[in-house]
Amino acid sequence: MTRITPTDPIISIRDLVVGFNGRKVIDGFSLDVRRGEVLGIIGPSGSGKSVTLRTVVGLLPKTAGTIEVFGRDYASLSRQQRVEIERHWGVLFQQGALFSALTVIENVEFPMREHLDVPRKLRREIARFKIDQVGLPPGAENLYPSELSGGMIKRAALARALALDPEIVFLDEPTAGLDPIGAAKFDELVLSLKDALGLTVYMVTHDLDSLVTVCDRIAALGKGKLLQVGTLDELLASDDPWLTEYFHGPRARHLEKT
Amino acid sequence: MARLAGDWTTRWARQMQSALDKAFAGHSRPDALEFDFEAVTALDTVGALLLAQRRASFGEAVRTTIAGASGAQANLLGHVNAIEVHAPEKPLRLPLLLRPFERLGRMTAAALGDLVGIHAVLGRTLAALAATLTLRAPFRFAALVNQFDLIVFRAVPIVVLISVVVGAIITQQSILQLNNFGVAIYVVDLAAILMLREVGLLLAAIMIAGRSGSAITAEIGSMRMREELDALSVMGVDPYQALILPRMLALLIGLPFLAFIGAMSGLAGAAIVAFVYGGIPIDIFLDRLQDALNVRTLLVGLVKAPFMAIIIGLVAANEGFKVAGSAESLGKHTTASVVRAIFLVIVADGVFAMFFAAIGF
Repeated sequence: MTRITPTDPIISIRDLVVGFNGRKVIDGFSLDVRRGEVLGIIGPSGSGKSVTLRTVVGLLPKTAGTIEVFGRDYASLSRQQRVEIERHWGVLFQQGALFSALTVIENVEFPMREHLDVPRKLRREIARFKIDQVGLPPGAENLYPSELSGGMIKRAALARALALDPEIVFLDEPTAGLDPIGAAKFDELVLSLKDALGLTVYMVTHDLDSLVTVCDRIAALGKGKLLQVGTLDELLASDDPWLTEYFHGPRARHLEKT
Repeated sequence: MARLAGDWTTRWARQMQSALDKAFAGHSRPDALEFDFEAVTALDTVGALLLAQRRASFGEAVRTTIAGASGAQANLLGHVNAIEVHAPEKPLRLPLLLRPFERLGRMTAAALGDLVGIHAVLGRTLAALAATLTLRAPFRFAALVNQFDLIVFRAVPIVVLISVVVGAIITQQSILQLNNFGVAIYVVDLAAILMLREVGLLLAAIMIAGRSGSAITAEIGSMRMREELDALSVMGVDPYQALILPRMLALLIGLPFLAFIGAMSGLAGAAIVAFVYGGIPIDIFLDRLQDALNVRTLLVGLVKAPFMAIIIGLVAANEGFKVAGSAESLGKHTTASVVRAIFLVIVADGVFAMFFAAIGF
């Protein structure tokens, strides 16, 4: 893999257009994600947050524009090179997307088993370490996903996303459906992992508290375009009507005091 | 002092482990340990984890120092060191000799559970039917028509096709044997009685068990997984009334119909082969058919059909309700639904054959 200098953006999206049946969902979207930052993506429902995420990781085809991850255009790569890139990112899907036929530890081992030549015993140990790393209780490793609570599913899915020591993790609404305490712990976890592992985090979220506590920068999407990107303070000062309502609405009152 | 070099990353896990094993092989337990990170080009959690494990294997007394690590590397080492990896959970395993007995016990319990479960489904469906008949619950006419279309009408082509083919094969083989005695004309009796009494229904029932039994199990199972059944219940709608009853009624009305169509198609196949292969003209075939058949032969076939329909419906619904959280479980129960329904349909047919023989019908 080509090494890129720390100042280069790790993900660079330029003039992205994504459409379904002639309807443009993403229409001219550009964004840079810097190495080592936590970027929060916000926007009203249907503004294309999830579509953007799915397009960046190659699940949806793009109509126009370029997406460069690690300085390379994913769409133009060969199968072999794509696998190389896919090993360097981890994705946490909204519902966790754990394999329901595998236990938690088997889920975490799965990417290693597919991509790495690691002795069985060591693989187990690494998986067990990842399970502890995301703060799952030890008894959880032999449970099946259907036996886990919502918070545990998110943690297990994060452990699986981290299995190959990725440089980027994509989180799709990681704290949705968690109680405030669980969500706060998850935020802490993301922060501590980012500090320890130097992760770049691309996070779609609606959780105002996560935005405040973990995100270095926030990008706001509206109608398939980038409304604004910047730090929380910059967005708070914005006069865009949607952002004003978002950050000064009834649910965001406590933000203004801080 | 241990001097490390190169990439200490996940990709090289096997190499890192053997390098560590080799490096520490000849040495006794040190008093102090120093890792020199000067030449390390990359480090990730797996590299850090291997070092932490090596360190931990010497016990707490050994002081460890780290030299030449960058800020990020030191950070990572600290993070990995701080996490205490839990001991593996050993899943409870029975001794090898006892395992067949455990399996036998589980299978017996599951079989008994199925017996109860199928009767529970039957009871609740009958209760739902009673509620509908006494006007305490709506009669879901649209659902019934929809299910009738899915389960019965769309199955007609395939039932016709296999019945024609099977009728033709039976006739061809029979003519081959009957020619030895010079009584090839009796193939008409043989084909007619076989088709109307047994094969027409059996083929239709097996086809429906495979086609609709699996569909019903998969529908109910995935609705269960997505809590749709719970949603129905809390809204005061009985899932048996809304989902099982229309399917059961469609099966109950449709299977005799399909069995009849199957029998007729089988006879058509027989007539074609009798003409082409046995040289029996169609009008003679029909003449002979009139002598060979009576309403009783037809009734024997049709009387069995509703029972087969109930078996297929009950097994499919019962397996559907047993689906638990995983995709694997959905597949397992769908398979079980089809296999059990076909097995029970054939067994029931055998029981009916004995019954009709005993009463001389």
